[in-house]
Amino acid sequence: MQTEEKETLQLEELEQVAKQVRRDIVRMVHGCQSGHPGGSLGCTDFLVALYFKVMTHSPEFNMNGEGEDLFFLSNGHISPVWYSVLARAGYFDVSELKTFRKLDSRLQGHPTTHEELPGVRIASGSLGQGLSVAIGAALTKKLNNDPGLVFTLHGDGELQEGQIWEAALFAPHNKVDNLISTIDVNGQQIDGPTNKVLDLGNLRAKWEAFGWDVMEMNGNDLGNVIQTLELAKAKAYKGKPIMILMQTNMGHGVDFMMGSHKWHGVAPNDEQLSLALGQLTSNMQDY
Amino acid sequence: MKKYTYTESKDTRSGFGAGLVEAGRKNKDVVALCADLVGSLKMGDFIKEFPERFVQVGIAEANMMGIAAGMTIGGKIPFTGTFANFSTGRVYDQIRQSIAYSDKNVKICASHAGLTLGEDGATHQILEDIGMMKMLPGMTVINPCDYNQTKAATMAIAEYEGPVYLRFGRPVIPVFTPADQEFVIGKAWMVNEGTDVSIFATGHLVWEAIKAGEKLAEMGISAEIINIHTIKPLDAEAVLKSVAKTGCVVSAEEHNRLGGLGDSIAQLLAQNTPLPMEYVAVNDSFGESGTPEQLMKKYGLDDAHIVAAVQKVLERKKALAK
Repeated sequence: MQTEEKETLQLEELEQVAKQVRRDIVRMVHGCQSGHPGGSLGCTDFLVALYFKVMTHSPEFNMNGEGEDLFFLSNGHISPVWYSVLARAGYFDVSELKTFRKLDSRLQGHPTTHEELPGVRIASGSLGQGLSVAIGAALTKKLNNDPGLVFTLHGDGELQEGQIWEAALFAPHNKVDNLISTIDVNGQQIDGPTNKVLDLGNLRAKWEAFGWDVMEMNGNDLGNVIQTLELAKAKAYKGKPIMILMQTNMGHGVDFMMGSHKWHGVAPNDEQLSLALGQLTSNMQDY
Repeated sequence: MKKYTYTESKDTRSGFGAGLVEAGRKNKDVVALCADLVGSLKMGDFIKEFPERFVQVGIAEANMMGIAAGMTIGGKIPFTGTFANFSTGRVYDQIRQSIAYSDKNVKICASHAGLTLGEDGATHQILEDIGMMKMLPGMTVINPCDYNQTKAATMAIAEYEGPVYLRFGRPVIPVFTPADQEFVIGKAWMVNEGTDVSIFATGHLVWEAIKAGEKLAEMGISAEIINIHTIKPLDAEAVLKSVAKTGCVVSAEEHNRLGGLGDSIAQLLAQNTPLPMEYVAVNDSFGESGTPEQLMKKYGLDDAHIVAAVQKVLERKKALAK
């Protein structure tokens, strides 16, 4: 009973972090009048779960991450959510979030190692490359007898890139089973719904046919995200790479941003900002 | 004038294969990746000795570049191997974002560069790779000239921290540089001192330049021949020192005249000391099928073309002096 109560309490705390991260996202994108709020809001629960519960990691950042779990964001345009989560997890001061996308900032429009922002291990933004990079990092962990796991996140639209399928073929053949990948299935991309732009078909069947252990979760139910990721961790080192199909609402948490590709890469104006913040109350401090 | 002789001929790609094994013995973090061209890249010995440190990625070069970038996280030093065409143009964005911009310690090792790949024809004969790779900030670009230099360069880049493009070839050519030489990245190698003209050559064109130098000597022309094995960073000091003496320049490379070694030298001269210069390079065209010798002749890359370029640049130098 006691642990159950503790778990519930922790879930409530994490919900507050997620609320605050969503506030950060909207404020960051508003602050520079550019960036990608839709996917960022949709993937907030996932990233909060990873960094505040699921992964073994240290905010005392070192590039090689020996003994740690690693995370690679392949759909780099949702940088606002990652930056906020990294700052809230202690990788750098939250006050730096206000520099997002501005001149001389470490918080570039898309994540980069170039400005040495703690927490980022590879540049991403040009889509389709992160799965290959994660496989490489996972291979090195195995060569180094490092028990750490490698996590990734990809957009569903990103699966239209051919390199993803090169990597999809490689990982099962080479038993890269210390890899837990996730696809943000929000059904939206810049030019419209994915099933209109270029239909991805049956994703479960596709990844299973390639030899992955496929799981599904509701990406906007924090409890379900944590549970599924913990289950995925238990499935690691069993001979197969793991792929989680994560259903999310683009723009989750802000009603007028939800469910449409229109907020993929658009910043709110002053009025929309206060409307959004009114829907996102947290017991934490804004940056 | 130093006389260069040779007792054996070997392909530069075998120099890479031998250097890779040595680098692997010296450093346990050296790993190798290949996209279904193990035999062509001469990676067999490395695989035999270090099977657990070799990754076969299949015909998937984009994935190979990404995996190589990822393997550096945790301290590995990945050497990727495929043809020059598939090492650069096919995967330019992967190299740009995941390797160069991310400053990853990946060694992109590219065989079958240039026309001398021969009979396979223009689909496989890349003549634009030096240009593409040297434009990437932070990328080191090396094109060694024979078996021994390629072996030494392969070992040297394992010790160097940062992304490198190492370009070598398919045909068997004379081995004329010393065995077990020390290879210093970015330091030009003086092949022959001279006073009338500076010939800056890279890759397979160095041997052609040596042959041209002998013919020029018979004509009473003293050519200074310098091997620029590292195109980026360019040894500006060596180039400027030589041209201060000779006053005119011929560049020689198995590459498109746009964007290669010649352009790097021309830029340096333009900013410091504009001088008459001629290019020995492919004149903005694709290649075609043929033997390496036939192609080198047809596309103007052999010793005879170097001699002709020297004669032309000397005329221009003379005209300027008047």
